[in-house]
Amino acid sequence: MKTQEYTVVGTRPIRHDGVDKVTGRALYGADFQMAGLLYGHILRSPHAHARIRRIDTSKAEQLPGVKAVVTAGDFPEVPERMVDLGEGDTPLSYARGNVLAKGKVLYKGHAIAAVAATSVHVAEEAAGLIEVDYEVLPCVLTAPEAMQDGAAILHDDLKTKEFGEQTGRVSNVAEHFRYAMGDIEAGFAQAEVMVEREFNTATVHQGYIEPHNATALWNNDGRILVWCSTQGSFSVRDVTACLLDVPVSRVRVTPMEIGGGFGGKIPVYLEPVAALLSKKTGKPVKIVMSRKDVFEGSGPTPGSHMKVKIGARKDGRITAAQAYLAYEAGAYPGAMVAPGAMCVFAAYDIANVVIDGFDVVVNKPSTAAYRAPGATNAAFAAESVVDEIAEKLGIDPLDFRLKNAAKEGTRRADGPKYRRIGCVEVIEAMKNHPHYTAPLGGPHRGRGVAIGFWFNVGLPSSCTISVSADGTVNLVEGSTDIGGTRTSIAMQAAEVLGIPAEDVHPTVVDTDSVGFTAVTGGSRTTFATGWAAYEAAQDVVRQMKERAAKIWETEAASVALDRGVFQSGDKRMTFQELAAKLDQTGGPVVGRGAVNPRGVGGSFSGCIADVEVDPETGKVTILRFTSVQDAGKAIHPSYVEGQMQGGSVQGIGWALNEEYFMNDAGSMTNSSLLDYRMPTALDLPMIDTVIVEVPNPGHPFGARGVGEANIVPPPGAIANAIYRAAGVRMNRLPMNPPAIMQAIWSQRD
Amino acid sequence: MKWFDYAAPASLSEAVGLLTAHPGARLLAGGTDLLVQLRAGRKETDLVVDAKHIPELNAISYDAARGLTLGASVPCYRIYKDKNVTGAYPALAEVASLIGGTQIQGRASIGGNLCNAAPSADSVPLLIALHGTCRIAGPRGSREIAVEDFCTAPGRTVLQPGELLVSLHLPPPAPHSGARYLRFIPRNEMDIAVAGAGVEVVLENGRFRSARVALSSVAPTPLYVREAGEALAGSPVDEASIAAAAEIARKSAKPITDMRGTADYRSHLCAVLTRRALEAAVLRARGKN
Ligand SMILES: Cc1cc2nc3c(=O)[nH]c(=O)nc-3n(C[C@H](O)[C@H](O)[C@H](O)COP(=O)(O)OP(=O)(O)OC[C@H]3O[C@@H](n4cnc5c(N)ncnc54)[C@H](O)[C@@H]3O)c2cc1C
Repeated sequence: MKTQEYTVVGTRPIRHDGVDKVTGRALYGADFQMAGLLYGHILRSPHAHARIRRIDTSKAEQLPGVKAVVTAGDFPEVPERMVDLGEGDTPLSYARGNVLAKGKVLYKGHAIAAVAATSVHVAEEAAGLIEVDYEVLPCVLTAPEAMQDGAAILHDDLKTKEFGEQTGRVSNVAEHFRYAMGDIEAGFAQAEVMVEREFNTATVHQGYIEPHNATALWNNDGRILVWCSTQGSFSVRDVTACLLDVPVSRVRVTPMEIGGGFGGKIPVYLEPVAALLSKKTGKPVKIVMSRKDVFEGSGPTPGSHMKVKIGARKDGRITAAQAYLAYEAGAYPGAMVAPGAMCVFAAYDIANVVIDGFDVVVNKPSTAAYRAPGATNAAFAAESVVDEIAEKLGIDPLDFRLKNAAKEGTRRADGPKYRRIGCVEVIEAMKNHPHYTAPLGGPHRGRGVAIGFWFNVGLPSSCTISVSADGTVNLVEGSTDIGGTRTSIAMQAAEVLGIPAEDVHPTVVDTDSVGFTAVTGGSRTTFATGWAAYEAAQDVVRQMKERAAKIWETEAASVALDRGVFQSGDKRMTFQELAAKLDQTGGPVVGRGAVNPRGVGGSFSGCIADVEVDPETGKVTILRFTSVQDAGKAIHPSYVEGQMQGGSVQGIGWALNEEYFMNDAGSMTNSSLLDYRMPTALDLPMIDTVIVEVPNPGHPFGARGVGEANIVPPPGAIANAIYRAAGVRMNRLPMNPPAIMQAIWSQRD
Repeated sequence: MKWFDYAAPASLSEAVGLLTAHPGARLLAGGTDLLVQLRAGRKETDLVVDAKHIPELNAISYDAARGLTLGASVPCYRIYKDKNVTGAYPALAEVASLIGGTQIQGRASIGGNLCNAAPSADSVPLLIALHGTCRIAGPRGSREIAVEDFCTAPGRTVLQPGELLVSLHLPPPAPHSGARYLRFIPRNEMDIAVAGAGVEVVLENGRFRSARVALSSVAPTPLYVREAGEALAGSPVDEASIAAAAEIARKSAKPITDMRGTADYRSHLCAVLTRRALEAAVLRARGKN
């Protein structure tokens, strides 16, 4: 399938930030130090739902060492409007209310006030001295509860939007939408087998190891300088400016190295608060969350309540599919239910489809994106039902999927028609993998498969490239590097310039120093910022050709660049030689690239999971796991594999043990990494990876995003494997040992 | 976390003096429970008394006739590296290597595990099964108490103001005896027992001469299940006897439902783990492991 020969793209150079990361020299937000630094601490609500009658900060202010206390009242009053928080629009009052609660607290852990003091311990003690008078209200913790008549209402002003129309009805359902295609009744009427199941999944957290942190200095010149851990420095800038009611140019955000995000480091929590504290004290203020704060006060992914019904003919063609998806947004509207609804049947070519989505607020932390947000929940439900249908029909689960797989031209229920996609190729790669036919080698073992889809996004990115006299280039970009993107971006520039990846020095800079760049999210960075680098490199090449033409006294149009050598007629000059002659030929060469690309290529992923279930304890051991994904073109295959392994592991954790374990009062009782139970290296086999390459026609090198689709199939695949190992179909996540034993017992009765 | 003072007494009497003078003081062994609790605000103190400089609390001694005396603050790694321990009490070496990971084992002590009085403490059921006794020192001298009588409620022990645990004592292993502790955790490491069973068996002519069973995480304190051992004593070493003892363990458990598991599930695990631990202990008693 070699369409084009590349010299850099597709190779595996060492990452540019590697040495600093392995030696511990890389600077993260918590490392940030500055003269006069004060430490902030946030007071958080002990109640899941309560009215704030009164806040008295006087005792806290009197504690020696305390320099300032702020509450929601310290935000400037600004008229309500919609703001973009990096992944869609939200009313300003919601964005502000989540940063510091006003009037009501909506979840346990909701920030209420913040203290700046000379040490973290003093700040913490002072926060404990703030007196808050609460009127505790009943709480609702799940979507079905919150949707009931008479349920406690979170927002008195939240009215349900239904099918795009405002109903005027106050409820916890922010929105009910529907995607429909074909004739669902007729489709089910044609079906010869039908399976309908109900599913529930728990709230889970992305589990990035580095807690949120921010340092802000409200400088004497009125500029607000921020250093933080974020997936999007520009969205931090914009949200901070918006909440503080200053022009965006007054805020400069420097993204520090980031210890994971997975979507959870898109929202803004601490930056505006640190800025308010800095304004009051005239000193820089640093706030670092604890793990408990991260669990209780940042944005996990929605829990969900879902129903999926699929009908098929005996020949294995799906005739109709229906889904009901109610996702818990947490405290404010915006559960990622629309993407879930778009993805639920996205891997299949089905003529008759109805999908209902409900965005439901509950008294839990306001949810954020998590790697293919919304899609994993939905795929767990859909892939479980697909598996059951295939079983009923006696068709191999991969053959069944192949028979119904989405292809170029397939229309999704939400409207779009696919361009060239790799769904079939992914399923074929799964089928051809030796894992699929390997013997299981023991009792209580089972193998399951599942597939999944994620769109990926484009969005704006900027990049500049300056040529140095020694023939290397400095590449400046604005995408926080979470998964090796400095390198995958630099490689695309290197490919165009015909120089080694090592000769491109990429730097991620602050918001003053590069053009607008959207968040590192939606699997967009290698695709979009890589494209900006491609454009900037083309710009460099164009200018360099002019210089060569000048030296050779010929037309720039006659100069060609081939693998780092400029040529015109019989004249040749390497990139390096020409780079040394820039001063004499007109001065520096700086290329620029600024893009807002369309042409996004969605990515399909699939996995094969072998499990063993201890029939006496319900404990699941993952024996073998293979992840397959269409990367379009793998720019740096190691980092593609890293994404596939990381997504698989997160999917496995989500499937087996992770959950927000809530008590009736709405308090998370397992808010530590000990009890939250993400998988460790000892719980996992080596994750095998297969990169499929069906080039994306919409990208210069054919890249699709690869950061997300890989988390989508694992829960479904593991559920299907557990069924084959233990005979029980699990309809809830997590499928932890007590739940599996319960299912085994229920089946015996 | 609030400020606290720190003292490092070099003798038992000095330590008792400090603890008596400061009723709110906390003893620090490895600190792997205490420091975590102080940082999380779950405990407060104005004085931390470091136990790691008191000789009696940091010694291990073994004598084939008298058994093992284990200083309360001896860290786990010293226990599982000790030849006498691995020879005479392999199950104790296993438990010491079960608690936390390598870093934790460099600090965490069995005395701390017991004094923290968590129902889930991994070493305690085994100490009970192995007839462990505690030597306690205090302002009125020293006293001895069986391990099964040491914990009184979650986080509470029989220790009175001014008292501390000096050492644990295990009698020498009986001939044809074997012990084993098994816990259930959903992950393979770094987890708190959902339930655990510690057992010791002594065999004689194809029968159990005696046996002891204790459970973790299924009651407010580590639970000594006397009846299970009594049922085994004198019965043949076979599936039925073991199953009967496991059933007694299941019925004795008084678990709660929490984030680590439901009550039913935990009771069920008691039977499974007791059976598996007894089977493993029998193998060990027969010299097969
Ligand atoms: C990451 C991690 C993993 C862990 N894994 C496990 C595990 O797998 N299994 C398990 O059971 N536990 C586990 N623990 C808990 C802890 O490590 C153990 O309970 C350990 O044995 C405690 O010993 P320590 O010496 O650190 O006790 P410390 O923290 O020093 O003390 C514990 C308590 O006992 C008191 N104390 C200590 N010594 C004495 C004494 N001589 N007299 C009177 N009071 C005393 C202290 O004041 C304190 O209240 C884990 C902890 C962490 C942080």
